[in-house]
Amino acid sequence: MDSSEVIAGIKNKIPGFNALSVSRDYPDEITIKVRAQDFKDTCLLLHKILPSSVMMLFACDERGDSAKFVINSVFLNLKKSQWIIVSMDIPQDDPCFDSLAKSVYSASLFEREIREMFGIEPKGNPDLRRLRLHDEVCPPDNFPLRKDFQKMDPGQLSEYKFDRVEGVGVFEVPVGPVHAGIIGPGHFRFSVAGEPIINLEIRLGFTHRGVEKIFEGKPCRNAVRLSECVSGDSSFAHSLAFTQAAEKIFGVSVPAQAAYLRAIFLELERMYNHVNDIGGIALDVGFSFPAAYASIIKESMLQLNDKLTGSRYLKNVNTVGGVLTGIDETKKQMLLRSLKSLKKDFSELTKILYSSVSFMDRVDTTGLLRRKTAEDLGAVGLSARACGIPMDLRKYFSGVYKEAGFKMALQESGDVLARLRIRVLEFEESCRLIEEFARKLNKDGEITSELKPRGGSALGYSEGWRGPVLYWLKTDPTGQIRRCKVVDPSFFNWQGLSYAVLGNIIPDFPLCNKSFDLSYSGNDL
Amino acid sequence: MIHILRNRILKGVVTRHIEPGLSRQIESAGPELKLLIRKRFGRSLHIRQLDSGSCGACESEIAAANNPIYDLGRFGINFVASPRHADALLVTGPVSKNMCLALKKTYESMPEPKFVITAGDCALNGGIFKDSYYVEGAVGNILPVVLHIPGCPPSPLVIIQSLLSFLQKGA
Repeated sequence: MDSSEVIAGIKNKIPGFNALSVSRDYPDEITIKVRAQDFKDTCLLLHKILPSSVMMLFACDERGDSAKFVINSVFLNLKKSQWIIVSMDIPQDDPCFDSLAKSVYSASLFEREIREMFGIEPKGNPDLRRLRLHDEVCPPDNFPLRKDFQKMDPGQLSEYKFDRVEGVGVFEVPVGPVHAGIIGPGHFRFSVAGEPIINLEIRLGFTHRGVEKIFEGKPCRNAVRLSECVSGDSSFAHSLAFTQAAEKIFGVSVPAQAAYLRAIFLELERMYNHVNDIGGIALDVGFSFPAAYASIIKESMLQLNDKLTGSRYLKNVNTVGGVLTGIDETKKQMLLRSLKSLKKDFSELTKILYSSVSFMDRVDTTGLLRRKTAEDLGAVGLSARACGIPMDLRKYFSGVYKEAGFKMALQESGDVLARLRIRVLEFEESCRLIEEFARKLNKDGEITSELKPRGGSALGYSEGWRGPVLYWLKTDPTGQIRRCKVVDPSFFNWQGLSYAVLGNIIPDFPLCNKSFDLSYSGNDL
Repeated sequence: MIHILRNRILKGVVTRHIEPGLSRQIESAGPELKLLIRKRFGRSLHIRQLDSGSCGACESEIAAANNPIYDLGRFGINFVASPRHADALLVTGPVSKNMCLALKKTYESMPEPKFVITAGDCALNGGIFKDSYYVEGAVGNILPVVLHIPGCPPSPLVIIQSLLSFLQKGA
């Protein structure tokens, strides 16, 4: 489907539709500029015909150049491996737009974010509570992502209003932000009637650090380090999505060797996190032997990362235009040897888990997320694949994955066991992929390209271990960042968790939580 | 069950010596330290970890310090679930404004005597996030910090070494 087909499709359903402009700046990106009054209908239609949830919805402050705000909405056309960006202008003296939230739930959180960060009102959104700037800490009328924002203005503080379930015998159990384990902060408010959870409200934002604002004004090359610190366990996926966006803008194509190296590092990251979660799931049902076993495998993977790149978390590896560390022959042999022993250890681990009846009993049908719910919420990545939604960017935007014969893992049942199985399948697949990619490495190939900074905007994406990591980047002619919008898959999937726990008991919450293992910092930014 | 037993026998002891050169020093310090911790903290040093807005990498490394390979527990240093059980507070992250109150409250709910340790570059001075509108910056400005463990993130070895040498110095 090229751009004219998309437009014809829209015109078919919306008579009188007239796009202000349609451009295809990159082969995988179509930008449709529409009038503000057409924005909502266009988005709803794309949501329906592609079909795609709202993958991104964000504002940019262009008041300095053209006295307006711009709002972009990003949809994913999986069949054609394309992103469709719908864009509209909003006058600065009347900053508001028609909310999509009532028709497309996945737009809801994005609209709340636009409101708190830019002060642009989504008219008709039923829930306008702030996500990251907590009412107890940050007075209203502070809009940090506006360009003229300097520092917090004082004002009246207020309190966050939780959704409440009332009735005889309903108890509220608040948990957090400080949790019992060595993990990030978030607040969970359970409403229980007897044992089962009847409502869970998750309040996040505790680790908000203003990442998107810090990106602004930085040269792209220096900002790679920052993208690695958005979510520490997905540092490579984040830096990959970021560098890809910058490379698209600068018109650089990455050398073939670098593409293989990146794929290897991305899979290594997936593997160590998957095995960590498998151990975590075992630990949360009190099965400590496999948990310890998994942590040994994870540690050996981190040490492998360290030996390959000098960083246990694959930081300082990516750069705009390629990668900084190559894999020479000795490292390659070591990598292949390690994979062999990892595979053996891993199959022992899964054998222990799958053959334990009491373990299987705990994870089977626990924490069920139904496919319909997942689709409505716009769940992505691993959690979506576990309930039968075939969505993996590695399959649809394949690149080097195609020649390696990538196979997407898919499960139907949507419970903890399904998410566990996806992890097991993906770990094994990643092993195989790395072996394939390693075979393609040769020691003389270039691993970085020269680049000339340019102005422009582009979307970068990678399939991290949780799901798609998206970066929308806009630079000025010197290559400095004007706006960087980050979406971590956790942003969608936290919603999924609050539905998956319904009907379960609170003691099973850690288990459900671990089976999603979402990022606090990636969500809070 | 048979898998577990077979694995237990085949794997043997995985716990790692902490680098050949240092291992002698630290591991010989082991009994001495145990004695010290026993005397000072009533058998063992209990640490409560708190994430004040980190990216999660520091947490991962602190958890790794407790895995069977590094096994911080063998020195009598344990991580606990409640600040009420803790002798020390281990803070990571650049202190997001949203976490400031929780940080203070956690410290207040710890029984005396108590001390604060920071881990990771963000906790020292805000690190890469220090210019942000929503970051309070150094943990040291809010709580009295006696030890900083550097790194982004600090590796489990660095965490163990810093803790041990700090405790030795304090002896």
